[in-house]
Amino acid sequence: MPGDSLNVNINAGGVAKNTFDAIVIGSGISGGWAAKELCEKGLKTLVLERGKDVVHLKDYPTATKNPWDFEHRGEIPINTAKENPILSKCYAYYEGSQHFFVKDKEHPYVQEKPFDWIRGYQVGGKSLLWARATQRWSKYDFEGPGRDGFAVEWPVTYDEMAPWYSHVELFAGISGNKDGLDTMPDGEFLPPWELNCVEKEIQEKINSTYTDRRSIIGRCAHLTKPNQIHLDQGRQQCQARTLCERGCPFGGYFSSNASTLPWAAKTGNLTLRPDSVVHSIIYDEQKGKATGVRVIDAHTKEATEYFAKVIFVNAACLNSNLILLNSTSNRFPNGFGNDNGLLGKFVAFHNYRGTLTASYDGHLDQYYYTRKPTGAMLPNFRNVHKQETDFLRGYMMHYSAGRGRGDASNKEDIGGAFKDAISEAGGWGVFMMMQGETIPKETNHVRLSKDVKDEWGIPQLITSVGYDDNDEKLLKDFLEQGEEMLTKVGCKNIQTNDSKQAPGLDIHEMGGVRMGKDPKTSMLDKWNAFHNCKNVFVTDGAAMVSTSTQNPSLTFMAFTARAANHAVEELKKGNI
Amino acid sequence: MNRRDALSRVALLFGGSIIGAEAFLSGCKTATKYGASMNFTPDDIAYLNEIAETILPATNTPGAKEAKVGEFMTVMVKDCYEEKDQKIFMEGMGKLDEACQKKNSKSFMESSPAERHDFLVALDKEAKDYQKSKKAEDPSHYFTMMKQLTLTGYFTSEPGATKALRYVAVPGRYEGCIPYKKGDKAWATS
Repeated sequence: MPGDSLNVNINAGGVAKNTFDAIVIGSGISGGWAAKELCEKGLKTLVLERGKDVVHLKDYPTATKNPWDFEHRGEIPINTAKENPILSKCYAYYEGSQHFFVKDKEHPYVQEKPFDWIRGYQVGGKSLLWARATQRWSKYDFEGPGRDGFAVEWPVTYDEMAPWYSHVELFAGISGNKDGLDTMPDGEFLPPWELNCVEKEIQEKINSTYTDRRSIIGRCAHLTKPNQIHLDQGRQQCQARTLCERGCPFGGYFSSNASTLPWAAKTGNLTLRPDSVVHSIIYDEQKGKATGVRVIDAHTKEATEYFAKVIFVNAACLNSNLILLNSTSNRFPNGFGNDNGLLGKFVAFHNYRGTLTASYDGHLDQYYYTRKPTGAMLPNFRNVHKQETDFLRGYMMHYSAGRGRGDASNKEDIGGAFKDAISEAGGWGVFMMMQGETIPKETNHVRLSKDVKDEWGIPQLITSVGYDDNDEKLLKDFLEQGEEMLTKVGCKNIQTNDSKQAPGLDIHEMGGVRMGKDPKTSMLDKWNAFHNCKNVFVTDGAAMVSTSTQNPSLTFMAFTARAANHAVEELKKGNI
Repeated sequence: MNRRDALSRVALLFGGSIIGAEAFLSGCKTATKYGASMNFTPDDIAYLNEIAETILPATNTPGAKEAKVGEFMTVMVKDCYEEKDQKIFMEGMGKLDEACQKKNSKSFMESSPAERHDFLVALDKEAKDYQKSKKAEDPSHYFTMMKQLTLTGYFTSEPGATKALRYVAVPGRYEGCIPYKKGDKAWATS
């Protein structure tokens, strides 16, 4: 057993001191929610975070810097970029945010197929860095796998999830417009952001040209108008700075650091332990359940065990897979709960390869005041009610418009007239991107390396996740439809682009520990608990059966809150 | 006829036997004066500042020199450039002055603002033509590098962002549609 080789240290005070009611592995977007719900319900909760502590307000060193305060004005120096070829592909990685990203060399993994694994190891995880788009999944998303047979049936329905979406939306603060679309259900919204003049005109043209497509303002986790519950968290209105990935000194967007973790701490029930690398989950054969976790100190490498009645695994999709694969015992020799051999399989992600750019004539007498943290969304319109195309599922579109700089009609591109001309606003440009659903497949998987370990003695993860023919067809359709739509709304100079980026760079990896109705074909039950070990819950992206075309984080939050409340009920009943 | 040509003729007349003529010639070769090493000298920085100022001079808003663009260029070349691009930039510093010498019969620093302007307009055209005809994997023209760094450095500097452009660090609100008239400044950040 892996745990046997560890020199386990039970701190002075013995088992009792290391015993809690609940343990949450990970402090990111879902771990923060688990902590909040469990602490609020009175459970003494230990949150384990493998990275450093990041305290809201205190640990945002770049949050208020101006562009000129950065030595390289945002650019990553070339030696650093070369040391981080994977990370350097990430759109959010720059001089102002680099301290919140995992460096390639420090946490290696094995790419059997190209996979850009973007990680944030710190308290708050990637909730500091996310793009903050928050749409409810629709009934079509939850019904899809069962209807079309491309994956096991979801064990929950949209209607079961709806109250939990409301629960997390009210607390997190989600801005949006009630659009009445069943492909993207309305939520508990703060006021929406406003589209700019050109985005609005494109929206109107799309909505009047197509009967199956509705363009709407993006929905995002920003406090456009905080309610009392947000002020009680110590958060304030979003100031439209759009420097989010540095950490927000106003708490204007939702992160674990600004919201759920301090809320959990206020109950007096939270113990947060940064620098705690979880090695594995401890399973007790006699009790027939998990009793705790093995932790390795990130710096001293000393091993410690912590115990609890209930364990939440929220390490982010692939790291949750990794911990579970590494949690072997006599009962589970192939990884935690892995009786059916499916642990680590059916990993899926979002297809982000397609983008379009275009110009838009006119509106030179219109501009916008400062910056908004979202754009326009166009919910999926492919295969919604029935299978209609030669590919499965579909994609949503994000688009935005803005004015560039400068008048291109200068005779000379040197001198005072040139400078003044490029100090003015230029013509309008339009950008459009896809967010395509991918099909979970058994062959798209992660597993543990038998050869290489990390610095903490934990086997490295092997990623074997790639595109398939469905992804290519979906991409082609997006580019065709995108071009047609931009043409019809009057865009010029339309360029289509396939970035050919590897999976992973979407940072929407999901699956590997999927939910389902049948223990033979899935790992988790409808409450995100293992079919065969009811006191361990996985509520991050790892639990997803399919990926939908919406952004996933809001759904992880809703599942987590729902599962945590279920766990508390089960504890009260003495069932776990 | 410039000084180099004159001396060469003198050397020719004397059968190439003027002692120290080569040393004298190379001593006057402004081509080696700038960009000798990545430890940029104050002269290097002053020279780059004047190139930047010629590209983006003070008008009713500050120029590139006030934005310390020369120094910014040296930081970026040192820290953010590939080695092969560093080489082209460093050699380019000499080439630019050499080309100026050839055109104006005086160094860039000795040239008047109007002479510098006309010279860089021609060099900009040359660089653009080169960029258009070069293969994708070929390195950029040195002046393209200088100009790009000048634009980036200026518009992200405090004078550039706050005076040539509009910069609001903490807007507090967003409005989707406001009027714009020709001459209004663009936003410094998007």
